Amino acid sequence: MPHPSQNPRQPMPEQPPEERIKNFSEVPLGYTPEQAQAEASRCLRCRKPQCVAGCPVAVDIPGFLALAAEGKFTEAANKIMETNVLPAVCGRVCPQETQCEALCVLGKKGEPIAVGRIERFVADWQRERGEYQPPERPSPSGKRVAIVGSGPAGLTAAADLAKRGHEVTVFEALHEMGGVLVYGIPEFRLPKAILKAEVNRLQELGVKLETSAVIGKLDTIEDLLTEEGFDAVFVGTGAGLPTFMGLPGENLIGVYSANEFLTRSNLMRAYDSNQADTPIARGQRVMVVGGGNVAMDAARTARRLGAEKVILAYRRSREEMPARAEEIHHAEEEGIEFHLLSAPVAFLGDDNSRLRAAVIQKMELGEPDDSGRRRPVPIEGSEFEEPIDVAVIAIGAGANPLIASTTPGLETNRKGYIVADSETGATSLPGVYAGGDIVTGSATVIEAMGAGRRAAAAIDEYLKSL
Amino acid sequence: MSANEIVLKEEIAPQTYRYVVRHPKIARKRRAGQFVILRVHEGGERVPLTIVDSDPEAGTVTLIFQAVGHSTRELAELEVGDQVLDLAGPLGQPTHIENFGTACVIGGGYGTAPVLPIAVALREAGNELLGIVGARTRELVILEEELQALCSRLEVATDDGSYGHHGFVTDVLQKLLDEGQKIDFVLAIGPAPMMRAVSDLTRQHGIKTMVSLNPLMVDGTGMCGGCRVEVGGETKFACVDGPEFDGHLVNFDLLMKRQATYKPQETEACQLESHCRLSEHLRH
Ligand SMILES: Cc1cc2nc3c(=O)[nH]c(=O)nc-3n(C[C@H](O)[C@H](O)[C@H](O)COP(=O)(O)OP(=O)(O)OC[C@H]3O[C@@H](n4cnc5c(N)ncnc54)[C@H](O)[C@@H]3O)c2cc1C
Ligand code: SF4
Ligand code: FES
Repeated sequence: MPHPSQNPRQPMPEQPPEERIKNFSEVPLGYTPEQAQAEASRCLRCRKPQCVAGCPVAVDIPGFLALAAEGKFTEAANKIMETNVLPAVCGRVCPQETQCEALCVLGKKGEPIAVGRIERFVADWQRERGEYQPPERPSPSGKRVAIVGSGPAGLTAAADLAKRGHEVTVFEALHEMGGVLVYGIPEFRLPKAILKAEVNRLQELGVKLETSAVIGKLDTIEDLLTEEGFDAVFVGTGAGLPTFMGLPGENLIGVYSANEFLTRSNLMRAYDSNQADTPIARGQRVMVVGGGNVAMDAARTARRLGAEKVILAYRRSREEMPARAEEIHHAEEEGIEFHLLSAPVAFLGDDNSRLRAAVIQKMELGEPDDSGRRRPVPIEGSEFEEPIDVAVIAIGAGANPLIASTTPGLETNRKGYIVADSETGATSLPGVYAGGDIVTGSATVIEAMGAGRRAAAAIDEYLKSL
Repeated sequence: MSANEIVLKEEIAPQTYRYVVRHPKIARKRRAGQFVILRVHEGGERVPLTIVDSDPEAGTVTLIFQAVGHSTRELAELEVGDQVLDLAGPLGQPTHIENFGTACVIGGGYGTAPVLPIAVALREAGNELLGIVGARTRELVILEEELQALCSRLEVATDDGSYGHHGFVTDVLQKLLDEGQKIDFVLAIGPAPMMRAVSDLTRQHGIKTMVSLNPLMVDGTGMCGGCRVEVGGETKFACVDGPEFDGHLVNFDLLMKRQATYKPQETEACQLESHCRLSEHLRH
């Protein structure tokens, strides 16, 4: 009998596009136990697993796949959780195709193992059956750590430090925990109930969660270390500053930053007007500007809010789009129209300052720029008017200055990001560590988790030295 | 007493409420001109309200609001002993306080509420204070006594003439200037058209004027940009750069239009539902 590795990769059942654009339920429906086992059995258990090298937190991938192949799904989930506290989240949102799956040996000739789909399956299995067991906690160290920001960086640092016996409090500015996972990534990609269940596990570890705590305004970092008596602080406040383009008409009604559009829909649940009071513009003709995950999320959200036409304007070509392949594919299936090599140069409004059109200019690719990608060059005279009633600017995010501006002595770089050691997260201030998007700029969930993890190890060392 | 608990509720004018809410840390940290964002229940909007006063010893903050829309009506349904679900703050930049000489504070409607803490701070900094309070009608005039205690002169104007001067606060300000009253600084808080009218008048006289803007907000931390306003041709986020700005530089036209962003939707919703889901803004 040939080794199961020769079998084809198990496909993921999904909601059909015509149906899913009418709801906010998750698009991929998940593997059956048989599929998960069959897919996991394809793994060769390589002696030097390349997949692990591609994982920013080095999950023992062949280890958990072996358990899953035997049908020991809960044990498989526990194996992942030794290194990754948010497996159901990562199984859904990690760009596996550029990480573990990109390096899987099976991908050289055929298709790589669907690591993400199996991760998702085993995490869901364990959660749905209530089979999660919080790990034993060592005796209290007597040391206290404050975590600022509850995105993946902060949550990971909190879990790791609690497991080492420290008393941990997470301070979150918003009314819910999760950072981008709760305010940015839509329900149809990451159901909020799943996130909540993973966050709740932190409480089982003894972590205190404080929402509506805007650090820098309520307590400063210095207050936390003095008045509040914390021994160390980890800053994981994300890249929470919207970028606008500085175009004429950008403040017209109907022009949103992606942060606002997605926050209204996700955090405030505006998509569900029966449950939530916060309004959102339900445009008929929507244009999203950008080519990353955020742009795909905004476009697909607009579609589900009832837009007849959703255009995605991106100034480079398809090859340069930074979004995950799966998201681009899903967006296309849902009828999002890609206008490549196109960018708005102005927004036009009516007498009430409501957006009525965008002026779009075509681009061509010129010489490579600093990033090595060919620079888009505007084509003179190519401008045309596109009638739209909602525009969402999704061209990236910057560093929110709230913490830096209230923390004297905290070194930041030219763009306002916190300067932190890439191995330890140590900042210019003793006892203050940082990681995630507020250090690197917008990156990924798993990279933020990796930073949280490394900082937790360094903070643990620091606390022992006190 | 638990956090976020309402310890005092008072209807100080029709549909206008004063709440004293327990939050010891905000009470201790807040400064004049800052605000909070609260939610009444799951699924509720994030509602910005100016902190009118605080008592660091009792650990409470005072909020004043008018129950004019969906979320503020829900807030008005809470009673003493109830808790607001979430309370975040203090947000925004504190008012810049200095001794200007003679300062004139102007409040319109329930915008008079946020004027009070700033008036206190201006007085403490050594300013001579003049006050003008405007309202639609007599029973909507609030905080008159409190301001009276701070100001060497306090004038009231009502739109319908039921109390004080018959007309607008700008008429009274004009009168003061005509009388040769020395004014070095004006602070005006109220509906946008009133703040604009005051700013137009003081611009002619070269009097520095600060106004407090109340655009729609979501997070209140500078994350979404929904609260953007134009000041001196530049885009600013009112929740972190403000809420107070130089009245002579504010684009009030844009502010008022953006405040009306969801009006068409609300009108439609009102027609469909028995109650209006108005998401007005509530600060001031
Ligand atoms: C719409 C969208 C879709 C994305 N999709 C993907 C994807 O599919 N896969 C992927 O890997 N990555 C994706 N990303 C990127 C990923 O979400 C981020 O890289 C990651 O969340 C960064 O984590 P973080 O912990 O650094 O910060 P964040 O997740 O940004 O969390 C920071 C938290 O800190 C809080 N905070 C900020 N300031 C303060 C303060 N002063 N006091 C208290 N709290 C504060 C914020 O409210 C926030 O909750 C996406 C991003 C967006 C916006
Ligand atoms: S590289 Fe692929 S085949 Fe090898 S251990 Fe990892 S998942 Fe299994
Ligand atoms: S309310 Fe979101 S940035 Fe001001």
